[in-house]
Amino acid sequence: MNTKTPLLLKRLLAISFALMLVLLIAMLVGLSAGSTPSGIQALFQSLLGIGEPDSMLDTIIWRIRFPRVLLSALVGATLSLGGLVFQALLRNPLAEPYILGISGGSAIGAIIGILMGFSRFPGVSLAAFAGSVATLLLILAMSSGQTILKKDALLLSGVMVNAFCAAVIMFLVSITQDSRLHNIIFWLMGDLSMIDIGHAGILAATLLPCFILLFWFSNSMNLLLMGKEMALTMGVNIQAVTVALLVVTSFMVSATVSYCGLLGFVGLVMPHLLRLLFGPDHRVLVPACILGGGAYLIFCDVLARVLPEQGEMPAGVITAMIGAPLFIFLLKRSAR
Amino acid sequence: MAIDVNNLSYSYGNFKVLSDITFSVRKGDFFIVIGPNGSGKTTLMKVVAGILKPQNGRLEILGQPIDQYTRKALARTIAFVPQTLPVDFPFSVTEVVLMGRSPYLGMLGLEQERDLEIARQAIAFTGVEHLAHRKLDQLSGGEQQRVFIARAICQEPEVILLDEPTASLDLAHQVRLLDLMEKLKREKGVTVVMISHDVNLAAMYADSLLLLNKGQIVSRGNPDQVLTFQTLEEVYGCTLLVDESPLGKFPRVTPVPGKFVGKS
Repeated sequence: MNTKTPLLLKRLLAISFALMLVLLIAMLVGLSAGSTPSGIQALFQSLLGIGEPDSMLDTIIWRIRFPRVLLSALVGATLSLGGLVFQALLRNPLAEPYILGISGGSAIGAIIGILMGFSRFPGVSLAAFAGSVATLLLILAMSSGQTILKKDALLLSGVMVNAFCAAVIMFLVSITQDSRLHNIIFWLMGDLSMIDIGHAGILAATLLPCFILLFWFSNSMNLLLMGKEMALTMGVNIQAVTVALLVVTSFMVSATVSYCGLLGFVGLVMPHLLRLLFGPDHRVLVPACILGGGAYLIFCDVLARVLPEQGEMPAGVITAMIGAPLFIFLLKRSAR
Repeated sequence: MAIDVNNLSYSYGNFKVLSDITFSVRKGDFFIVIGPNGSGKTTLMKVVAGILKPQNGRLEILGQPIDQYTRKALARTIAFVPQTLPVDFPFSVTEVVLMGRSPYLGMLGLEQERDLEIARQAIAFTGVEHLAHRKLDQLSGGEQQRVFIARAICQEPEVILLDEPTASLDLAHQVRLLDLMEKLKREKGVTVVMISHDVNLAAMYADSLLLLNKGQIVSRGNPDQVLTFQTLEEVYGCTLLVDESPLGKFPRVTPVPGKFVGKS
């Protein structure tokens, strides 16, 4: 053979290193962009603690922007992974937590949690988790057995679940009076601004073990793409792996939903883009989704902060405006 | 014995697909299972592959009951080649073949240099070197079959199971594929168990045959013992002509078209 296949480990390291750089750049952009203009130079001065200290800018960067950038990175990574896992598990390249209605379900749980006056963590997160597991079971039951592999049945179930969730959410919002209303609606559209460093740290500590767990299962995800029977004969304990993947992913997604609402299509855009760039091997795609997905959402959030003349818009607006057309494009292409 | 099956039964719900199956496969044999559609061949193979759990009876692989194997240990012993694999995710031929190394990989699931070498050998053995960097969905049916077999060989099994690998292939590819399985048996000592619809191919390659009908064993033994026209006509329910193949001492089966029946 004239062309040598490189060891996966080398490829993995090279790709991770490149995407790490991208993520780093995204974070720097995220830290410097905002309504208070601060050039890269000022940012570096603040980061490195050189030059004249500007306590105002320091506060903005460290107390406001940094938690927000960290949250964006975590949420982007989680949602990208969520899409990747569901695509492998359901062997359907269009699956994604938002499209399947799982995000919607956890949003209902989270709203109920907020209305009952729970704290963000762990109260609202657990309520969101309960909501996502309930929707997941509903979807699996609706498209159970043979049809689970059929694209249309699954996507239609998801659309219906989504519509139902949207109605329930509006219902809950409508029966709520007072000031909480505005908050809920803004949060619902995927708002990344409402977090402090403490909560971002808690979220990071919750999600990191999940990331590692998913990497551990990444080769099993490859084998799952060959069909359940083949995966079995190649040594995958299908039931254990499926349950573990579903629970871990729903848990991760609901944790992020409880902090920043519904950010659609991230789990569609990133896995597809990364698969296009690096191929379908999940051992590469899991770390790539973590790093690349994080960078992608930071960029989306920067756009959401910079584009409006006054104030800002929720990042979910941007992700949906990029993702929904791509979804239609992929659907049309796969229908051929 | 490579495989020992004793009084095995299997039903889907109330529908009994296999009843009281007893047979064994010698190590290093080319063992072919034949029978009409719906006779339970595929179910039997899935039970032996560990995909379906035997509901009744005993099943031993290399002298050890199948439920004493872990999933990974079983995967290192038996490899399964299905009729088709899904190709909707764009894996390359090398990537698919390397998947066969999965039951040997460590915690992180990353291949070592040795695994690559074994995959290269499997690719060379099945003669698909020129396709190594192509995507699976760009290959013809015959080429895909060879890749699936390379993947199974890469799994370094003692026993390889094939579910009608020749079903969608033209004559040349059928013979080439079975020649390949014979080479595998001869050079690597692998036990080959195959389902086939083609009784003539079975007669030419099998050391031992098993004829199934309606979930029961009709006959087993070497091709001469199994492929008699009485047995075959009864099982398949049509008129057949069985004579000796011009190639050697094994039977040749010719189905007789309706217009010739009753003329002689």
